Amino acid sequence: MHKVLGDRKAIFLFIAPALLIFLVLLLVPIIWSSVYTFFEGSLIKGFDFAGLSNYFAIFSDPDFYNSLWTTIKFTLVVTTGQVFLGLMLSLLFVFYIKKASFLIRTLVFFPVVLPTVAIAQLFSKLFEIAPNYGLINSLLEVLNMEQYIEPWLGQTSTAFWILCIMEIWKAMGFYAVILYAGLMDVPEDVLEAAKIDGAKGWKLTQFIVLPLIKPILISSVIFSLSGTLKVFEQVVALTNGGPGKSTTTLSVYMYQQAFTSGNYGYGSTIALVLLFLTLVITLVVYRVSWKDATK
Amino acid sequence: MKLKAVLTLTFALMLLIIVGCSSNDEANENNESERSSSDQREINFISEDTPEVQEAKILSDFDAEQSDTDLQIETIEQNNILQQISLLAASNDLPELFKYESNQLGDLIDNGSVLNIEEAFNDLGIYEELNPAAVDLLEQLSSGRGLYALPVELNIEGFWYNKEIFDENGLEVPETWADLLTASDKLLEAGVQPFAVAGKERWPITRLINGYVIRYYGANAMEDVSNGDLSITDQGFVEAATTVQNMGQDGYFGQGVNTIDSDTALDTFLQGQAAMYYSGSWDVANFNNEDRNQIGIDNIGLFNTPLVEGGEGKLSDWSMNAGLTLSLSADKYDEQMADWVKEAFTGYGDKAMKEMGMVSGFTVENMPEDVSPLTELTLDTIDSAENAALWFEGRFNADQKLVAEQNAQLLVNGDISPEEYLELLDEELKK
Repeated sequence: MHKVLGDRKAIFLFIAPALLIFLVLLLVPIIWSSVYTFFEGSLIKGFDFAGLSNYFAIFSDPDFYNSLWTTIKFTLVVTTGQVFLGLMLSLLFVFYIKKASFLIRTLVFFPVVLPTVAIAQLFSKLFEIAPNYGLINSLLEVLNMEQYIEPWLGQTSTAFWILCIMEIWKAMGFYAVILYAGLMDVPEDVLEAAKIDGAKGWKLTQFIVLPLIKPILISSVIFSLSGTLKVFEQVVALTNGGPGKSTTTLSVYMYQQAFTSGNYGYGSTIALVLLFLTLVITLVVYRVSWKDATK
Repeated sequence: MKLKAVLTLTFALMLLIIVGCSSNDEANENNESERSSSDQREINFISEDTPEVQEAKILSDFDAEQSDTDLQIETIEQNNILQQISLLAASNDLPELFKYESNQLGDLIDNGSVLNIEEAFNDLGIYEELNPAAVDLLEQLSSGRGLYALPVELNIEGFWYNKEIFDENGLEVPETWADLLTASDKLLEAGVQPFAVAGKERWPITRLINGYVIRYYGANAMEDVSNGDLSITDQGFVEAATTVQNMGQDGYFGQGVNTIDSDTALDTFLQGQAAMYYSGSWDVANFNNEDRNQIGIDNIGLFNTPLVEGGEGKLSDWSMNAGLTLSLSADKYDEQMADWVKEAFTGYGDKAMKEMGMVSGFTVENMPEDVSPLTELTLDTIDSAENAALWFEGRFNADQKLVAEQNAQLLVNGDISPEEYLELLDEELKK
């Protein structure tokens, strides 16, 4: 086995098909889109060379900044929520519920396998106000807290937060399971030694458990970041970017520009900015964690 | 040894996959050649309707009787039709027939990909089948380029109201916006929600703004804006936006207007929970549906958008539209298609009315006797209309439409002022 994998030709033979598909499916569209950014027009009208005008336009477009800010805010809130709650759940599984955690793990993981559109339907019913109160508003009514009844998804001040809650709820089970797997790998004797030394509760987690599962934690953060930066179908299904533009993220704005308004060039420019944003943030996270790990 | 076996197996699998793919291709080719060897001509039709309803049903019923053609209907969600058709147009592969937004046809007309209906129908000798008012409307929407779309439906818009609720509260049909607001206040006091508005769909809000505007400036208001004769930040528009904002803030639209979709709004009205519902005659089919309509067909009345005191609008002007219109690919229009079109659209108005109770932009020669009262009301109203007013976004491009509609949600919520709303729109219109 070792002989074969030591042979460069053999390695190439193994990875060639996958590499080819990867290049065709991933790099070609990226290059294609980058070319579009220098053009304006649509499929019907035809394309005219526009130089850098799309790039100038994007940096003086208030809607772009608005959706960029929405995306960043969404990413910060949701990534923090997903990974933190995922971690808390996994700690709960390992240290408190232990053997009986199977059922709870399944339940928490359940939303991950549900289709996004179904979850969006669920949440829009949950936070409904008309024609009938949804669960949340009904609950507030029963508890005599009528002043807190709100059209949750119909106003700019709350729609964004409902979207965040939905996305955290949907994916935290996924991170819980990944981190749970990481925790299972923490050697029992290390934990016991720490306990003998008097570490327990949060101290034990902070100084022993977390450093040991750090690589998995970092992977989770990167997974979550790349998922939330590109958030699209959740928004379309729950609020369609509204009310107004309050939940229009970069990818939704890109879609509107390219396919609703027919500005392919401008849409591609937004896509390219999104690509760089994802790349830079991922690299930063990677670099910071790498430095830490080599200390 | 093991490794060799694995390698051999992998190659064998890859070979199998390749062989599988290629034999699939062959199978497909065989299918296609079979199809083309039969003499049925395939006519492709992209519509937002399924073959069981509206014009799609009429045309597919017609085609079922034809032995030499085979109509293939592909149903696409209305919001995706523009995108799908532009992709097909770009690859020179428009289907023979397709539904489209008549005010967005401009580019397709300019590059010659859609058929000139006026010429074609004159050649076929069936131009008289078209209702002149509908033709006017469509020519207006193509910005004077001519007639490139068929009005397979024709709608008037207005306020549908629940007669029983009006009677119970001693209300009469309002003649002016002031009357409308007073009536709404009375309804609110009596604990009845005045309007059902589908704010989630956005356009029902801008239709109300438009309603005020066309009464202030007359039916040509939005035309004048697009010609530059009128600024969208003028007094009449400010008053219109302010009125609609206040209606929202005062609770005329009920709670959470921006979360209401069109089905919910319609059901709110049809279950007697709202007194009025602004909509077009496309909803008449739903009003006629007894399972859905719990307030009774005879209980629904229609009044035109009320007047603005001192305004130029008249009650004989109605908001009208032709919904999604039907266009034909110029490339694929050959003799066989011409014959098909001639047969299919001769007497189309009668067919639509008789079979579907549907009002189209084709003339009706023989009115069936058992027409529903609401369909009759619609027909009479269309006949009585002197001028047709376009809807708010009728002259807007896709970007302008998006700005008008998205910000309308913020307007009714009170997040932006009427002046801000109009300034943002003005900026986009000037781009």
